[in-house]
Amino acid sequence: MKNTLKQVFHSGKFLFGFCIFVVIIATCIIYPIFVTADPLQMIGQGNFFKPGTYVSIEESTLSKSYTLQLPKEFSKLEAVLDIDTRSEIQQFLIKQAGIAESEIDVTDAEALVEQWKANYDPDTKYKGLTTAKRKALKRLNNEINAALKDSGVIIAEKDEEGALAQSKVIKDTDYVNINDVTKKTFILGTDNFGRDVLTELIAATKSSLKIGLLAGTIATAIGLILGLLAGYMGGLADNIIIFITNLFTVIPSFVILILISYSVGDNARGIAMVGIIIGVTSWPWTTRSVRSQVISLRNRDHVNLSKLSGHSMFRIIFTDILPYIASYVVMAFILQISSGILAEAQLSMIGLGPATTKTATLGLMMQWAMTYSAHLNGSWWAYFPVVILIALISFSLNLMNTGLDQVFNPQLRD
Amino acid sequence: MKGYKKYYGQKLFWYFLTLIFAVILNFILPRLMPGNPVSALASKAVSGMTDSTAIQKVINDYATRFGINEPMYKQFFMWLGNALRGDFGVSFSQYPRPVSDIIAKAVWWTVCLQLPAIIVGWILGNILGAIAAYIKGVFDKAILPIFLFIGNVPAFGMATVLLFLFAIKLRIAPSSGGYGYDLIPSASWTFIKSIISHYQLPFWSIVLITIGGQAIGMRSMSIYELNADYVKYSRFLGIKDRKIVGYVFRNAMLPQITGLALSLGTMMGGALVAEMVFSYPGLGMTLLTAVNGQDYPLLSACTLIITIMVLVANLAVELLYGVIDPRVKANQMD
Repeated sequence: MKNTLKQVFHSGKFLFGFCIFVVIIATCIIYPIFVTADPLQMIGQGNFFKPGTYVSIEESTLSKSYTLQLPKEFSKLEAVLDIDTRSEIQQFLIKQAGIAESEIDVTDAEALVEQWKANYDPDTKYKGLTTAKRKALKRLNNEINAALKDSGVIIAEKDEEGALAQSKVIKDTDYVNINDVTKKTFILGTDNFGRDVLTELIAATKSSLKIGLLAGTIATAIGLILGLLAGYMGGLADNIIIFITNLFTVIPSFVILILISYSVGDNARGIAMVGIIIGVTSWPWTTRSVRSQVISLRNRDHVNLSKLSGHSMFRIIFTDILPYIASYVVMAFILQISSGILAEAQLSMIGLGPATTKTATLGLMMQWAMTYSAHLNGSWWAYFPVVILIALISFSLNLMNTGLDQVFNPQLRD
Repeated sequence: MKGYKKYYGQKLFWYFLTLIFAVILNFILPRLMPGNPVSALASKAVSGMTDSTAIQKVINDYATRFGINEPMYKQFFMWLGNALRGDFGVSFSQYPRPVSDIIAKAVWWTVCLQLPAIIVGWILGNILGAIAAYIKGVFDKAILPIFLFIGNVPAFGMATVLLFLFAIKLRIAPSSGGYGYDLIPSASWTFIKSIISHYQLPFWSIVLITIGGQAIGMRSMSIYELNADYVKYSRFLGIKDRKIVGYVFRNAMLPQITGLALSLGTMMGGALVAEMVFSYPGLGMTLLTAVNGQDYPLLSACTLIITIMVLVANLAVELLYGVIDPRVKANQMD
């Protein structure tokens, strides 16, 4: 036993997969210790806030300000000059001021404004333009002039009569220390309900792992028992079991999964129920492979010797057969966990996942992101992390499986 | 030839039996649902009515129309008879469209998308796996882990990744649907072009997933075969490497074909969910609307048609296997 474990952990593939898996599980355990907030708390009022740090605007305007000379990312000029405005200015410069198109660079806002100021005169009545257009140009000129001033923003408050009274002027060199104000960092933004995606993701991973574990345990148990019975007893029992197994291997388990989930009804479909349903639909291939392994073991000498010694069937199965297929069963179990997690995700995306609002699962997160078309409006943070996590979990489990396979089947080693 | 007849006869019989079982499951499972769907439908129809005799009449009418007062076996044969004539009833959510009409429209989208995608993915995956096993070295060390990872990305995940990259960021492919929403299906050139451009993303997401899974399997099978005694013996005899490799990959192929038959159902399930991501007008979308609209005749017809598709594909693979595998041929000679 000790040697086998040592050998297993010497396999690079197994170790790599094992490390990823352990990191995922450890995150699921450790993260909630530090972030105790309810993962399903709806913080944001609105759909899909971008990842980043959110700072209270009110507190920022009221708290002590510092004067810093820094170039700004947010330029008022850039904000005024959107693509349509720029092309309008370009049109004006070409048609009215007679500047060649090659001399105008619409991507350089400051140069464009300089050309505008040099050529546009608000008092001139330009020919060939409608009155509406002339007025629009005048408004544009005012906007540009306003954007060029360093006036900052005025904060005003309503007094008792409802008149606005200036209370504070915010200059464009005013800064606030971020530690002085209330802030919240959403590393992965928020989802369609305004929930923190990162916190929710970790809670979801935890419940998805639970589903996978439950489904894997049930599927492996059923598969193992049926496989042992069929393989060891042979005869009629074998015929019946292999008949049923063959039926369920050919009928897609996906279909049975849908049918059962649908017939269970929304009220009964919790996390555990989904795990059980996935478990009872995914045992057939485990049964098949356990059976074929047992058949090859059945007539070995040590088994025959046990039979001659009059040992009971259970004893023979437990001491003479199980140890030989143990490694195989472990590998099957690992694969069942990973396919269970995937099955939950797919089921949820059709709308037949856990019908609960109390917990999140990876599939449900995916489902809500799709329902609110996160994939079409570019809110990648709502579903990419989920996809990556599902892929990582099943990648790590499959790596472990391949590693084990190479340890126990030396022919596969490179 | 006589032996083949027996082999094919057995296979056909076995698949027929499975089909019957699947049909029975398809009939029974939704009827186990707490609160049967017919009474739910009837109660929806009588909501707002106050006259109790009228309510009773409506409910009775529904009950006789759907035959829920009859014993289960009679209901089954009634349902089966209708299903054989292609009559799956009327859809609840798209009333008064008959279910068979909806399914008939959707099924070709799915078949034309998934069949080529799975075949192309399978072939490419096998080639890649075989090359990785034969060449080893950098190719094996670098490319295979990538495909191992891709093979573990769920199909719907790959769909969202491709959608984000090519439709949202690069804007070189349409994001959803089977054809442009401004077009009416016709045999015109613009329509065909629109179908082809909408086809790309769903197609490649299924292909990529299939490649990943198949390459891994083919690689380990090939390594297994390359180390077999007959290969060493052939090398010792001085047979050309190319000829040996041909035999090795043919032998490694066989389990891959069986593997394809076994995993077809799972693959299709995954691909259906990927279809949903693209709002492709196939069975995946139909399934989704059926579940969301509590449309149980549509759902049951969907699952039945999916089962039949998988069964037919499986049967085709197994029949093909009989031709390819010399051992089957040899067995039948006895």
